[in-house]
Amino acid sequence: MSVRQSLLAAVAASIIALAVVPASAQTLRYANQGDLKSLDPYTLNESTTHAHLGQVFEGLVARDKDLKIIPALAESWETPEPTRWRFNLRKGVKFQNGDPFTADDVLFSAERVQKKGSNLQTRIPSGTKVVKVDDYTVDFVLASPNPILNSQWDTWYIMSKKWSEANNAVEPTPAAATTPSFASLNANGTGAFSVESHQPGVKTVFKANPTWWRKAEHNIKEIVFTPIGSDATRVAALLSGEVDVIEPVPIQDISRVDSTANAQVLKGPELRTIFLGMDQVRDELLYSNVKGKNPFKDIKVREAFYKAIDIELIKTRVMRGLSTPSALMIAPQLFKLSGDFTRPKFDPDGAKKLLTEAGYPDGFEVTMDCPNDRYVNDAAICQAVVGMLARIGVKVTLLAQPKAQYFAKVLKPGGYQTSFYLLGWTPGTLDSHNVLHDIMGCRDDPKSNRGEANLGGYCNKKLDELAEKVLQESDTAKRDLLIKEAFEIGAKDFGYIPLHQQALAWGVSKKVKLTQRADNQVLLYWATKQD
Amino acid sequence: MLAFTLRRAIQAIGVMIAVGIIAFSMFRFAGDPVNQIVSLDTPAAEREAVRKSLGLDDPVPVQFLRYFVNAAQFKFGVSYQFRQPVSNLLMERMPATLELAACATIFSMVFGILMGVYSALRRDTILTKVFQAVSLIGISLPTFLIGILMIYLFSVTLGWLPSFGRGDVVRIGWWTTGLLTLSGLKALIMPSITLGLFQMTLIMRLVRAEMLEVLRTDYIRFARARGLTTRAVHFGHALKNTLVPVITVAGLQFGTVIAFSIITETVFQWPGMGLLFVQAIQNVDIPIMAAYLLMISLIFVTINFVVDILYTVVDPRLRSTISRAA
Amino acid sequence: MSDAVVPHQAPSNAPTERSGVGWFKRALDSDIFYSFRRSRMTMVAGAVTVLFFLLAIFASQLAVQNPFDPAQLQLMNSRISPLWTAEGQAPFLLGTDEQGRDVFSAILYGLRISLTVGVLGVVLAGTLGITLGLVAGYFGGAVDGLIMRIADVQLTFPAILIALLVNGVAKSVFGNQLDAMSTLAVLVVAIGLSFWVQYARTVRGSVMVEKNKDYVAAAQLIGLRAPVIMLRHVLPNTMGPILVIATINLALAIITEATLSFLGAGMPDTMPSLGTLIRIGNNYLFAGEWWIVAFPGIALAGLILSINLLGDWLRDALNPKLR
Repeated sequence: MSVRQSLLAAVAASIIALAVVPASAQTLRYANQGDLKSLDPYTLNESTTHAHLGQVFEGLVARDKDLKIIPALAESWETPEPTRWRFNLRKGVKFQNGDPFTADDVLFSAERVQKKGSNLQTRIPSGTKVVKVDDYTVDFVLASPNPILNSQWDTWYIMSKKWSEANNAVEPTPAAATTPSFASLNANGTGAFSVESHQPGVKTVFKANPTWWRKAEHNIKEIVFTPIGSDATRVAALLSGEVDVIEPVPIQDISRVDSTANAQVLKGPELRTIFLGMDQVRDELLYSNVKGKNPFKDIKVREAFYKAIDIELIKTRVMRGLSTPSALMIAPQLFKLSGDFTRPKFDPDGAKKLLTEAGYPDGFEVTMDCPNDRYVNDAAICQAVVGMLARIGVKVTLLAQPKAQYFAKVLKPGGYQTSFYLLGWTPGTLDSHNVLHDIMGCRDDPKSNRGEANLGGYCNKKLDELAEKVLQESDTAKRDLLIKEAFEIGAKDFGYIPLHQQALAWGVSKKVKLTQRADNQVLLYWATKQD
Repeated sequence: MLAFTLRRAIQAIGVMIAVGIIAFSMFRFAGDPVNQIVSLDTPAAEREAVRKSLGLDDPVPVQFLRYFVNAAQFKFGVSYQFRQPVSNLLMERMPATLELAACATIFSMVFGILMGVYSALRRDTILTKVFQAVSLIGISLPTFLIGILMIYLFSVTLGWLPSFGRGDVVRIGWWTTGLLTLSGLKALIMPSITLGLFQMTLIMRLVRAEMLEVLRTDYIRFARARGLTTRAVHFGHALKNTLVPVITVAGLQFGTVIAFSIITETVFQWPGMGLLFVQAIQNVDIPIMAAYLLMISLIFVTINFVVDILYTVVDPRLRSTISRAA
Repeated sequence: MSDAVVPHQAPSNAPTERSGVGWFKRALDSDIFYSFRRSRMTMVAGAVTVLFFLLAIFASQLAVQNPFDPAQLQLMNSRISPLWTAEGQAPFLLGTDEQGRDVFSAILYGLRISLTVGVLGVVLAGTLGITLGLVAGYFGGAVDGLIMRIADVQLTFPAILIALLVNGVAKSVFGNQLDAMSTLAVLVVAIGLSFWVQYARTVRGSVMVEKNKDYVAAAQLIGLRAPVIMLRHVLPNTMGPILVIATINLALAIITEATLSFLGAGMPDTMPSLGTLIRIGNNYLFAGEWWIVAFPGIALAGLILSINLLGDWLRDALNPKLR
């Protein structure tokens, strides 16, 4: 190519770029409470990270504004037999560095996501064979049928094989890597934006991808993302117009933001369920004055705890009305029959009686673990719970700490070190089976990952059996009944104390139009900004 | 003089070794580094392999020596949170902190000296009373409270100044500066004032006290007696004598300013080393904590060393003045 | 420092009761008390400081509830505005916070924690600093060199940094099991460890000046042992500046504790100090619930301001040249 030719090509490319991005292209400034730590899409299975990277990468499927699964890098798919899924890939898609997207990239990504160090290994069930049929057709051959195979594939992002091999990024970057990796600082996806610069903890700049295969709904030229941990600073930045979008808006500031002329709060119910869990596995609690036995093994104690909690008061006082009390461990949007469940009545006297019957007329002492920067007003909810339990004679010592330390202590890698805790959960598959399996499933089999997030180790074999049936059942109505039966068991056992679904609250400048999705992913490829 | 310099240099190195031991102990013993890398279900053999690859099998003195040699080359290991070498992170954040600390120091010196001189010379005017009130408030209001109040007033209510971050920065080599853009300069104003207010108060009080004392000394009386103008006496003699300890204190305080920028950076989300450090504490990121400790100590020891040398050049008796003012 | 030291007349033949309390009493009787009475501001500051201490001591008698006892908090009573506003409710004089905690009671108990940490921290720093200063100054030589080098290392770590590090290391070592009382102890140790240097340097300076004077030589001649000479004769002469440092340090210690709690490395939400209250309240400032942050903020600023005023006055009063 001569100089003249390449010059012409460059001019042509820039004209195309100008044509693709609408004339009034804008810079959108976005601040989130949390940081974007690694650009490697397989490092961390966390929704905020998925949302950030979802602007750069794409999966075979995507979820639309109503969370319905829609085609993305796969144009269509079918299941010729229950254990074989065939995906027909989209043609003409290019990665941001110009490489074409083909079946090899899918095979590479499938292998990479299952490797050691990936936090998303469960995206592809073990024993799955990935077969390249041709350059634009890929088969996934499963060990057993799985009707919801692609339900979490909207966040299984496809990476370029060529780029990864060229940049020594074939291995996923583990969350606790000892050496820096290229993929954690650079990204090459097929999505709406490319990463212009990335300074972890300071600033990440995304630039519109002129060669994106979808027609852009946004008019954003550039996204400047800044993590702002402090609530007050984040709100101040929105109110003073320094940023256009913030997530989350602390609930106490919602009315203040709404009352200003230049910003408003987008609210909506979130799919996350906040609940309390109790250690029901150990013979003696780690943190309690009851020695030689575990009070939470007694169903009466668990019922007493449940009945001691005035969820309406938490709603009106702590959550300022922005929560939906829940009788279930899953949000009503995700399970049709959730209306059939009701919470046991708030009954402190009954709770006290139950405690007496269980042999604790004067209550007992226990330590509660609680995050203080993860969920909406998490520490305040815990404090309210402590006060309510104090009224039935249970003396709770509260240990509220930042999520990093909290999770390190209570999750599996920390050895489930907790007696009583508060946690929130959104099923990644947006399906009840995930809740029955990960949260309510027995964790007695060390080889299985069942019950991995069941920090208290609640266990009922009947529930596990039902969960297995749920996974295999493809008839929706029958499936729902199975799920209902399983949840009923859980409710009868008082295995958990569900509290509520919290509300989403995004602060948005009046200049910006944005779609709020119920899984709390801030996806700016649906954003438009006026001058 | 050379012997003294040498002795002080050796002492400074000794101090750094002592701090190094503390940093190493944190790095090595505050939580098992292996646990930070592997997950709980990692088999024992693999744990051992990681242990070996990190050199944690070697005798502790060998490990310390290795840590120290690495640290001397600014290799502090890899951050648990960011999966990047700590030295890269520190280098990236250092310009922000140094720029903020420098602006805060300049602010505190200029206003501290002006207010101090004025209130020493005009002891009973209303303005002096105002200055004294301001200085008392500067000392009595915690930094974070001042920051919050300023954000509330100047960013949210009036909308004059940005509430967070550095604004647009210009990259010059590895250094980034906010001094060359309007938004960068605007972003510097509130954090600098917040950070410098406490030092300003100190300097104002020091200048005032020194001026009052100097003005009573015999040679000033003689200068007056010689018929020099008041201006010449005040600024030519009195202030000049005051400035030496003031500059020394400001120099000595520079390390403290950097350390205290932790608070200011948190309030203003200023992307410097202090914010990095606070985040490291929240996430128990020991390599960053240890490295920050070493960096701060190095800055401080260097300043102390230089000041020590300057003492002997200027006036050995200054030491007592410094300790009173600090 | 010698110019700031109260003149010490003829201590060589001073009777023993002249030391310690006797000296102090004499000083109060004369110039200092006069200057105290002369400055109205100082009198107000003194009264306010005493008031704060009394409020803290009698917190449990004055408070309408024990804000550290979750059983006494009623979520029903949360976010009530101060009594004089339209939505005010008795008995919540200064309103309540998110948890239904009475702000006035929380301030009283918070004051108690802030003052406890401050006073214990200063006592620890003072004891440590005075001892090391006496030893360094009296013996000189290698001991002096060592202690002063440690002081230099110490200076490398401002209080805030030490406490943050201690906090981070403690979390890492104890696996986050620190309860409220141990956190309080960590704060005291951190503050004590970071403020001793000034005492040491001051005392050392004075000792070095004093030890060559005749009265010390005389004392040595009559066979008094070194510790006796230092404690009975040399130390009293440095009490003035030490008192000044201690007063100003008390204010600094309280600020340090508040800052740590504000950064989340201090007292927990369930046992809040003034700094913790401000951190919590700050979250509600934009929401218009100003009283949750304003009153603890005013209390903290008022406390520090009055202690600082006392410190200022003390320093001027003890420095005859400034009178």
